[in-house]
Amino acid sequence: MTYLDFSGVLSRTDLLIRGAELTIAISLTAMIFALVIGLCCASMLLSPLKPLRFIVLGYVEVIRNTPFIVQVFLVYFGLPSLGIRLTPLTAAILAMSIYGGAYTSEIIRSGIQSIAKGQIEAGRSLGMSPLQIFRYIVLKPAFSAIFPSLASQFVLLLLSSSVVSAISVPELTGVGNDIQGITLRNMEIYLVIAVIYVGIVAVLKLGCLAFERIVFRFKYLGR
Amino acid sequence: MFQQFSLHHVQFMLVGLSWTILLAAVGLIGGSLAGAVLTLMRISRYRLASAFARAYIFVIQGTPLLVLLFIAYFGATYIGFDVRPIVAISVAFSFYAAAFLGEIWRGAIQSVPVGQSEGAHALGLSGPDTMVHIIAPQAIRIATPATVGFFVQLIKNTSLASVVGIIELTRTAQIVSNATFKPLEVYLTAAAFYFLICFPITLVSRHLERRLAQS
Repeated sequence: MTYLDFSGVLSRTDLLIRGAELTIAISLTAMIFALVIGLCCASMLLSPLKPLRFIVLGYVEVIRNTPFIVQVFLVYFGLPSLGIRLTPLTAAILAMSIYGGAYTSEIIRSGIQSIAKGQIEAGRSLGMSPLQIFRYIVLKPAFSAIFPSLASQFVLLLLSSSVVSAISVPELTGVGNDIQGITLRNMEIYLVIAVIYVGIVAVLKLGCLAFERIVFRFKYLGR
Repeated sequence: MFQQFSLHHVQFMLVGLSWTILLAAVGLIGGSLAGAVLTLMRISRYRLASAFARAYIFVIQGTPLLVLLFIAYFGATYIGFDVRPIVAISVAFSFYAAAFLGEIWRGAIQSVPVGQSEGAHALGLSGPDTMVHIIAPQAIRIATPATVGFFVQLIKNTSLASVVGIIELTRTAQIVSNATFKPLEVYLTAAAFYFLICFPITLVSRHLERRLAQS
């Protein structure tokens, strides 16, 4: 067993920090787009128009049953055949948004459907305006119901962002590959990268937990 | 110059597909064995065992699979095992699957009502007997849909092995794409293969879930 030498890796902290920043940035951007796609798809899934539902269902099933890396390759290597040429970064964010959108649309749909009809009727009989009903009875409980799923979906999206290193995006794993090429300390660099990812995920999970406790206090009332 | 994208290439990709399935199957079997141990540790009353299982699951679920594969790929030789990459990667998939299966199965065991084990205790059954005859049969029914669903994830995730050079479906697609310069057609074909394998399993998982919800 050769001994581990972290000095070469740790002297390139600036690169690692930049990589981690890009990882977080592309994950956040893709998550925002994914939420928009998910919201559109969920409302289309609940619409009475059958062809609309069919298209969305097809999109969700195809994305959920094919590997993310193949989707990334299709966007980055495949689209130029159709005349659409994207930079690695744009291709990565596009692929991640499409991928994340398929999962979030299912989550959002289940959230909207979780609101019982009787709740809305109760709000109406209390004399609430439609806007008040939407805000207090539909939006907040639905959002609080799906928040944990959305949070773990974001963690999954962040972890899957490592895959876009395969199309040379310099996010954390991509930076790791570069440092590995310079120092040839392959074991050390990937261990360090793993620790950074676990750290980011830990902070994220704690943050989400705190957010839930504060914003959705009403869920914990009377317990 | 470039080759035409032909049936020969599709046949080559089918060979890759068989490696994809093999890798996923090995991951499922190895992951089930390790996952079972992890589940028992997680629910055990020994603090140290359950803390270790929790930490293990947290670390594995918080690391990208790609990075885990890199660590396994380079790590095997580091620890002094002179194994072929496919072996190291299979072990990595097993360790990865164990974390997820361990969590799914713990959830299933804990969702069996407490009254069941209390009843078994009242009837004089021993701890292991309660587990084998009372808890496990019910927990397995609860855990099956999610386990089948995870198998789909595992099949899809074997595609990441292509990055470390394992010749499975995605890697064969890369090779064919480089030879024919028809990336769109080739990756669509690969995606279609994955879909044809994964979608039926997804449907089975969903069917089992519905049946469980009805009972």
